[in-house]
Amino acid sequence: MAIAGKIPTMKYLRKDKLPHIWCPGCGHGIVMQALVRALHNVGVDQDKTVIVSGIGCSSRASGYMDFDTIHTTHGRALAFATGIKMANPELKVVVLTGDGDASAIGGNHLIHAARRNIGLTCICLNNNIYGMTSGQFSPCTPANAMATTAPYGNIDPSFDLCKLVQAAGASYVARGTAMQVRMLEKYMTNALKNDGFSFVEAIDQCPTYFGRKNKLGDPYAMMKRQQEMSVPASKAAAMTPAELDGKYVVGELWSSPRPEYAVSYNAVIEKAGGR
Amino acid sequence: MPSASRVLMQGNEAILEGAIAAGMRFYAGYPITPSTEIAELAAERLPRVGGRFIQMEDEIASMAAVVGGSLAGAKAMTATSGPGFSLKQENLGYAVHGDIPCVVVNVQRMGPSTGLPTSPAQGDMQQARFGSHGDYGIIALTPSSVSEAYYLTIRAFNLSEQYRVPVILLADEVIGHMREPVALPDASELTVVERRKPSLPKGQHKPFAPDEKGVPTLPNFGDGYRFHVTGLIHAEDGFATSNPKLVDKAVRRLTNKIQDNLEEIYQAEQRNIEDADIVVFAYGGTARSAQRAVRMAREKGLKVGFYRPITIWPFHDEMVRRAVAGKKAVIVPELNLGQMAREVERVAHGTTTVIPVTKVTGEILTPAEILTAIEGVR
Repeated sequence: MAIAGKIPTMKYLRKDKLPHIWCPGCGHGIVMQALVRALHNVGVDQDKTVIVSGIGCSSRASGYMDFDTIHTTHGRALAFATGIKMANPELKVVVLTGDGDASAIGGNHLIHAARRNIGLTCICLNNNIYGMTSGQFSPCTPANAMATTAPYGNIDPSFDLCKLVQAAGASYVARGTAMQVRMLEKYMTNALKNDGFSFVEAIDQCPTYFGRKNKLGDPYAMMKRQQEMSVPASKAAAMTPAELDGKYVVGELWSSPRPEYAVSYNAVIEKAGGR
Repeated sequence: MPSASRVLMQGNEAILEGAIAAGMRFYAGYPITPSTEIAELAAERLPRVGGRFIQMEDEIASMAAVVGGSLAGAKAMTATSGPGFSLKQENLGYAVHGDIPCVVVNVQRMGPSTGLPTSPAQGDMQQARFGSHGDYGIIALTPSSVSEAYYLTIRAFNLSEQYRVPVILLADEVIGHMREPVALPDASELTVVERRKPSLPKGQHKPFAPDEKGVPTLPNFGDGYRFHVTGLIHAEDGFATSNPKLVDKAVRRLTNKIQDNLEEIYQAEQRNIEDADIVVFAYGGTARSAQRAVRMAREKGLKVGFYRPITIWPFHDEMVRRAVAGKKAVIVPELNLGQMAREVERVAHGTTTVIPVTKVTGEILTPAEILTAIEGVR
């Protein structure tokens, strides 16, 4: 695998749409590059791949990528993507979504896309905050953290999206941090190789809103902190819930291939005597 | 009819059969009374013709999937009713803004809110035009028989492809659940409009550049054009812009592409308008009672004309004005509190007296009720 090697990154980006709109120190560019590398690793056909995104900072990534791309409505990327995949199962469909987009307004679509095991590769860029609207807490904001809509500290417990989608039926689930970007690339590569619903949660940093509000230092300090908070899945297995409190379990968390939804529908067509 | 087969059909069934005849091959839906038969039949019929059906997790998702399916190249549709139609407005607006063809059937039931789920109504007439936020144009068609539901569904797909716009088939519970004979034509007799493909190669083609009718030619995903679609206001290249001139052009085009092609889009049935003192303006299921009332009135020697818009949106201001201006009165029976009477009033602009005949009991308007209104004109 071409991990850490040099790849023709610009082949996969729309040069004329750069520079991107993300703030200095934002982690989304790092995650987007990991995805570009993963797409390269699997020998992606740029003409037969659709990048679907929702609304929010991370969802702006679709506009920078040289594929068929669609920036949909808030939370609905997976539902649009489901229609794309069902109408033309030959297409490779990648979904980019943020933590608020995927787990709050889009939570219903997330669990049902996972349940169906439809062939979508969903990358959730989790920066713990609604960045585009300038710093409100999301379902992935840690408890007690500060946000503009939690001025006295957040009392909402944080969502473990990987556990959620695994329980719902996703066939590949992994989590990594922007700091450990080569691991993210590996997870995304394996996610793209899985025919069914794959979910990769990429923990990254929002220095402008989450970092500043919570006095977490500069972007590098935030990344370093996220790395320190991460525990490999193998190690986590032997840890108590109390020990895991406030940690991110990283690694390939679940891989259990099962029939992909659009392929299963081929059997429906056959039963009905179609085509 | 030599090549036609005569079949007894339910309205909802006719809608689904019309859709399949028009080439619909992707359906995403969610169960809701009184439209559910359309989804059930789609699930049964689509795989038989190599199409695909999916029951989504909610109304919002089914509209999103329809938009995605259309961009992936399929003629796509969904069907719903009041509460579901409200939920679909978000992604319906997206389809309008992205020039994405699709057909949305709304078998209207009594509202507001959960209302009377199994009772007929025509309460979504204005919502069909203005339900999503912002300014835009849209097409809505109102069938008043089972046979017309079949043919109008085909027309809905044709208009949708031709103008790259969502088309609402604005039916009502009366039409959706009624059974009538339909003369099904041979496939060769139908006009089916296929999606236009770009004539220029990638690099030269601008996906949102309008033709002389104001309609762009988008490729399908997977065609190799690698283009971008967004709900942000976008320029002809598909990418977001906030340049005031380009924003103005983009937003006005969405309304103009419908208004400028009004003559091609609009259909109405007009009877005995010329010599009439009174015109009855009615649409959808209510038009049936209205037509009967007009006949009864004429038998009594009253000079009554009949105007039935088949295309309800866009509204043909000029044609309606010509039909009603100077008449003693125009009677507008409808199963709401005067939603289209308001439009007639607007275009009549004081040239006649507009008399709304409204009913929100969950029952249909009877011919006798409309006749009473006709006879009441002094």
